[in-house]
Amino acid sequence: MIFSMPDAQKPEGADQARAVLEAPDIHRALTRIAHEILERTKGAESVVLLGIPTRGATLARRLSERVAQFEGVKVPVGAIDITMYRDDLRLKPARPLGHTDLPPGGIDGRIVVLVDDVLYSGRTVRAALDALNDLGRPKAVQLATLVDRGHRELPIRADYVGKNLPTAKSEKVKVYLEEIDGRDAVLLLKEGTR
Amino acid sequence: MKHLISAADLTRDEALLILDTAEELAAVSERSIKKLPTLRGRTVVNLFFEDSTRTRISFEAAAKRLSADVINFSVKGSSVSKGESLKDTALTLEAMGADAVVIRHSASGAPHRLAGWVRGSVVNAGDGTHEHPTQALLDAFSMRRRMGRLEGLKVAVVGDVLHSRVARSNVLLLHALGAEVTLVAPPTLLPVAVENWPCQVSYDLDAVLPKSDVVMMLRVQLERMNAAYFPSAREYSRRYGLDRDRFRKLHEDAIVMHPGPMNRGMEISAEVADSPRSTIVEQVANGVTVRMAVLYLLLGGAIGRDIK
Repeated sequence: MIFSMPDAQKPEGADQARAVLEAPDIHRALTRIAHEILERTKGAESVVLLGIPTRGATLARRLSERVAQFEGVKVPVGAIDITMYRDDLRLKPARPLGHTDLPPGGIDGRIVVLVDDVLYSGRTVRAALDALNDLGRPKAVQLATLVDRGHRELPIRADYVGKNLPTAKSEKVKVYLEEIDGRDAVLLLKEGTR
Repeated sequence: MKHLISAADLTRDEALLILDTAEELAAVSERSIKKLPTLRGRTVVNLFFEDSTRTRISFEAAAKRLSADVINFSVKGSSVSKGESLKDTALTLEAMGADAVVIRHSASGAPHRLAGWVRGSVVNAGDGTHEHPTQALLDAFSMRRRMGRLEGLKVAVVGDVLHSRVARSNVLLLHALGAEVTLVAPPTLLPVAVENWPCQVSYDLDAVLPKSDVVMMLRVQLERMNAAYFPSAREYSRRYGLDRDRFRKLHEDAIVMHPGPMNRGMEISAEVADSPRSTIVEQVANGVTVRMAVLYLLLGGAIGRDIK
């Protein structure tokens, strides 16, 4: 081996984890966010949904399906990988890249809604804003997140939040989605659990 | 320390990681801002002791697209022409804080020696008749993009295998990735102990062509030939050159590759080189992408000097 890659995710000890959102809660939260996007962008005409891989990209696809169901608007959906823009690259061995996939119309002049699963320090969103800057010039950028767990380290806030979740820094928030993990749930893991 | 000196250093998973990373980076070359901030503050030195156009430019473009600082060092106009040794040159680069040294040298093994003298990563950009791993990676990447797979792909590597670092690196890498390689050359242009390489060997191009998915033509390296390896250029071309008639023997999805620079009319006819089934220009574009992937994986994360 000439490159050392980070270890694969270790299985979580489910016994000490508490489910804060179950499948129906996630369903309702996304439904509400989809309505809020329609309301705030006045029909989502020029909206592009960009998910941050992996789970943000899945959530973005779900939101676009909801919007299509409610108002029949087909909102372009894509993914934006932020790995190359991270500010902590030098703290770990090089990471594998996620997939960036822009909708055919691009992002110039559109309202880009960034979608992520958990909003925490805000550093991922900062990286995503930098990545967007290299991809085009959106009319506006908004942020949707399934869980806002607080502890921001940068002046960043979400426009659409599924659930505000007060956490301790020592806790971990883990999002499971049907398409990737086989079930929908948000778990809060206590200190010392893996 | 992490280096890329031989294709044999790469496990199958590592090689696939490079190809997959390159696949994601390919989009960067197509957008209007062809730049990523990832290697800001890293210094890459191109140390070229041998002439090169595409490899040096390719590494330079790759490093610049990742925002690294690039220092180009060519032997002409440097202290090497005053007699400075490789080691002293290496120590100079070290003192300048090079995070990676991309080296091309006419002596096989020079990158390996260099790796013992510098703290940064060493990337072999071709050493003598030994190896050229990034060329093999970009060839594998080009094959996978065109053919959709590497596993079970039948690849013929044709021509001056003896002087070719591209051939050796390709055989090692493609074998690791599950492709079946056949070397085709006159007996005089095959290296000693080629029977120990993980590939087939044939002297008969016409028999191999119909069974091949990919035909990679090698340049006849006249500048390295200090003896008569074949009777005449014309005879070589008749037996081992890829001309229009031989090209017709390939099945209709097969592709033709060449690492460049080409001797048109010698190992490959102009008509074949310019056909839509030739990937020669694509290989150059893919070269930048694959080298970006290599530089990112070597320098993008924590490296020696970050861990104090």
